[in-house]
Amino acid sequence: MFRSFGPNEVLYIVSAVQWTLLLSAIAFAGGAVGGMAIALARVSTTKPLRYAALAFIRVFQGTPLLMQLFLVYFGLSIMGVGINLWVAAAAALTLHASAYLGEIWRGCIEAVPSGQSEASYALGLKYRDRMRYVVLPQAAKISVAPTVGFLVQLIKATSLTSIIGFVELTRAGQIINNATFQPLTVFSLVAAVYFILCWPLSMWARHLEGRFAVATTR
Amino acid sequence: MSNAVPENTDAAVVMRDVDKWYDSYHALTSINLTVARGEKIVVCGPSGSGKSTLIRCINQLETIRSGTITVDGIELTAGGDNVDKIRREVGMVFQQFNLFPHMTVLENCMLAPIKVRGVSKAEAEQTARRYLERVRIPEQAEKYPAQLSGGQQQRVAIARALCMNPKIMLFDEPTSALDPEMVNEVLDTMIDLAREGMTMLVVTHEMGFARKVADRVIFMDKGEIVEIGEPESFFSNPQNERTKTFLGQIAH
Repeated sequence: MFRSFGPNEVLYIVSAVQWTLLLSAIAFAGGAVGGMAIALARVSTTKPLRYAALAFIRVFQGTPLLMQLFLVYFGLSIMGVGINLWVAAAAALTLHASAYLGEIWRGCIEAVPSGQSEASYALGLKYRDRMRYVVLPQAAKISVAPTVGFLVQLIKATSLTSIIGFVELTRAGQIINNATFQPLTVFSLVAAVYFILCWPLSMWARHLEGRFAVATTR
Repeated sequence: MSNAVPENTDAAVVMRDVDKWYDSYHALTSINLTVARGEKIVVCGPSGSGKSTLIRCINQLETIRSGTITVDGIELTAGGDNVDKIRREVGMVFQQFNLFPHMTVLENCMLAPIKVRGVSKAEAEQTARRYLERVRIPEQAEKYPAQLSGGQQQRVAIARALCMNPKIMLFDEPTSALDPEMVNEVLDTMIDLAREGMTMLVVTHEMGFARKVADRVIFMDKGEIVEIGEPESFFSNPQNERTKTFLGQIAH
């Protein structure tokens, strides 16, 4: 009565990787925009802005991603938006990524020596020009490695959306497992696909880190 | 209770009863100082005496708690929006150069004129090359700061500040981070600038430089201006005990 685990099942699982990738891409893009806003708010001279960003980060770093997914998922349906798995998954992961990227990038902005901002002030550069031409380009260089590192975390985190029923790699594995009942084979395959996605990124992040270390030693 | 004495319009900088605190630390205590246009002032004193803080207040890298500072006829008020106007007229050179490491020498010199003064790219480049010529490193224009020696970097920093056509130049220990053999190339550049009539406030321990170009030397200690004098009398006949002690220490 169980389906056998054949090429079709493998194909079903492997092709589900596209949804994992798409969801990761959306969450990363949304998180990049949100994270930039959070990071700038965190280093702002306006106190309420700083505290609001800090509160946002604390909430999202201090609660499990799964609870955030549940809250967004059920929250949206209670608000009458209806149950849309894509919207719920993308929104929750975007908020999550915004908090983490915001905190990572705040650190990178603060790692740019204060003399750079002082020189900008002394030259009369306004906030926008100081950030755009002086501070952010230097912060960006520092941020590449930790940002790629976070992307790896984010790709793996998309697996949690399987719990609200979003069909991506992990959920596809569960579906096949329910039909074939070959958990070890199925989830080994699922894990292997994640590994193939994440391992090169991790290697790349480490390579960038090494290059950055060389660039910053005098 | 600001004393509304009409300001001397010839003054480049007027500081009146300026006080600054870092939390409970009194960094500057009732500073009164008038700098005439074209005047060159050297500020010296032991570390922590407030000399850097003093000149950093002039372009508001440090905010003051009370008193008034008037720069080029523009009064700085706490929280006011005159800061930008003043910064356009006041150039600054830092101990650590603070060049933008991701930009070439030329780009370092062109950024502010384009973004702050709104001059065209071509004009900014022309100005930049002219000042790089003046600080005697025109051939380094396409290089990045890290490819230059400390002395060259500091001369670029001077050129970068000059590209804004400032009326006043502030130097915050411009030679303190340099290897000894590079000190003179930077001092010579500053001497040239002084001869051309620039108003200068220089925090430095280079007493040779002070003797050569300063109109007045200021000695600071514990956040106060202890003594002001012309270099001749300041060095040969200091009045205050603290000045004597300090000069005795750096003479060795």
